[in-house]
Amino acid sequence: MDQKVDLSAPHSMGTTIIGVTYNGGVVLGADSRTSTGVYVANRASDKITQLTDNVYVCRSGSAADSQVVSDYVRYFLHQHTIQLGQPATVKVAANLVRLLSYNNKNFLETGLIVGGWDKYEGGQIFGVPLGGTIVQQPFAIGGSGSSYLYGFFDQAWKEGMTKDEAEDLVKKAVSLAIARDGASGGVVRTVIINSEGVTRNFYPGDQLPIWHEEMEPHNSLLDILGAPEPMSM
Amino acid sequence: MSPSLDLPPKGGFSFDLCRRNAMLENKGLKAPTFLKTGTTIVGLVFQDGVILGADTRATEGPIVADKNCEKIHYMAPNIYCCGAGTAADTEAVTDMVSSQLQLHRYHTGRESRVVTALTLLKRHLFNYQGHVSAALVLGGVDITGPHLHTIYPHGSTDTLPFATMGSGSLAAMSVFESKYKESLSRDEGIKLVVEAICAGIFNDLGSGSNVDVCVITKGHKEYLRNYLLPNPRTYANPKGFEFPKKIEVLLTKITPLKEKVEVIEGDAMEE
Repeated sequence: MDQKVDLSAPHSMGTTIIGVTYNGGVVLGADSRTSTGVYVANRASDKITQLTDNVYVCRSGSAADSQVVSDYVRYFLHQHTIQLGQPATVKVAANLVRLLSYNNKNFLETGLIVGGWDKYEGGQIFGVPLGGTIVQQPFAIGGSGSSYLYGFFDQAWKEGMTKDEAEDLVKKAVSLAIARDGASGGVVRTVIINSEGVTRNFYPGDQLPIWHEEMEPHNSLLDILGAPEPMSM
Repeated sequence: MSPSLDLPPKGGFSFDLCRRNAMLENKGLKAPTFLKTGTTIVGLVFQDGVILGADTRATEGPIVADKNCEKIHYMAPNIYCCGAGTAADTEAVTDMVSSQLQLHRYHTGRESRVVTALTLLKRHLFNYQGHVSAALVLGGVDITGPHLHTIYPHGSTDTLPFATMGSGSLAAMSVFESKYKESLSRDEGIKLVVEAICAGIFNDLGSGSNVDVCVITKGHKEYLRNYLLPNPRTYANPKGFEFPKKIEVLLTKITPLKEKVEVIEGDAMEE
C-alpha cells in the first residue's frame, strides 16, 4: 500500500456495536479495535462503558468525543441518582446522552447505543446516532461494521429470546461484522444487564464462530450459524 | 479530523491572522518551522510497577535540533509522562498539569493518582480539539496500583499493559507484541523497553540518539537518564575543544542549564 501511516489522525473507532433486548434484560456487544487512520492504535479497547450500575453505553465514532460524552453523562447521572434516591431509569440516561449529542451536533461525531435494565420498564435499548436522535428499539446496531448486519438481523432476530440465545446472537453478529469490516476487529466483548445485575464476558479471536481462512465452501453462510460450533483450533 | 464548524468558536485559539500569514507566504516569506519530537516513546506495566522509555532526538523539519533532549517529563513524585508531537506543546501541557497536581496534593493532603493526571490532560486536550499536538504516554504507581495510559491529541485515552507512541511507535510496538508477557521482572522489563526504543531509534528517521528509561514502583522511582548511548560520535577529537592559541581566556564560568530541587526530608504523604 502506498498510503503513509498518519499517526496524528484523530483516534476513531471503526467499530461494530450492538444492543439487543431479550426476555428479562439486554445484551450489549462490541468489537475492540480503535484505529488512527490505518494503524490499529488499540486492539483490545473496551467500547462498552458504564454509566450507572444498571445502564451501559456502547461507543462508536470519534474516540475522544464518545469518551467525553460518556464522562459527562456519568457525572450527571450520578448527581441525578443522589437527588432521586433510587437508580436512574434507562430512559433518563438515554435522554441525557441525546441532549448532549443533539445540542453539540456541530462539534461531535459519535454514535451511541444506550442499554440497561430498570424496574419500571425492564430491559430497554435506545439508539442515539450521529445527529442526536433518540429512538427506542428492540435491537440496535451501529458503527461501520453494522452495514453488514442489517440483513443478518432481519433474518435472525426474533422476539422473546432467552439470555443465552441473545448473547449467542450478539456474538455471532459481531464476528460476522469483524470478518467483513476492516475497521472492526480484535476481541468480542459482551455485557448482559438484567434484574440480577451485570455480567461482562470476553471472547478472544480464537473462540469466535467465524474464521475466514478456516471456512469451507457452503451453500449459505447461515448454515454454519445453524450448525454446532466448530472445535477449537 | 474534526468536523467544520458553522458557528464562530467560543474561546480557544484565534485563527484571525491565518489569512495574513497565507498572504505573506505567497509573497515569499518563509514561515518558521516548529520543533517536533519525531520520537519513539513507550511504556509497559511489569510486576512491581511501570517502566517508561523514550529516545532523545528533537527534529525541526529534516534537521536534528537537539541530540539529547528529555522526553520523559515529571508530573508528580510517583507519576511520569513521555511526550511525542510538538515539543512546546508536550512541555507546556505536562508542566501545566504537573503544577495543577501539586496544588491538588496540597489541597487534599494525599499522593496524586494517575487517573487525576489523566483526566486533567484529556480535558485540556479535548478542549483544544487536537490543535495542541501532544501525544502522551502517562505512567505511574499510586495507592490503587500501577497504571499506564496513552493520551492522543484529540483527547481520547486508552488504558493498556504496554503502549507505544510517536513516529517510531510501529517499530517499538512490533517488539512489544512479540516479547511482552505479564509479570515481567524489573530487569526483563527494562531490557524489553530498551529493545523497543532501539527499534525506533534505528528504524525510524524521526527518532535517534540515546535511550532514557524511568522505572516507577510503589514508593520509589528511578529516572535513568541516558541509560543507553548506542550512537556515540564516531570521530570525536580526543583532545576535545581548544581555543586557538592567539585567544586569551579571561574567565571560565559554567552554568548548569536546569537545576532540579529534590525534597529529601519531610513527611511521606499517606493515603
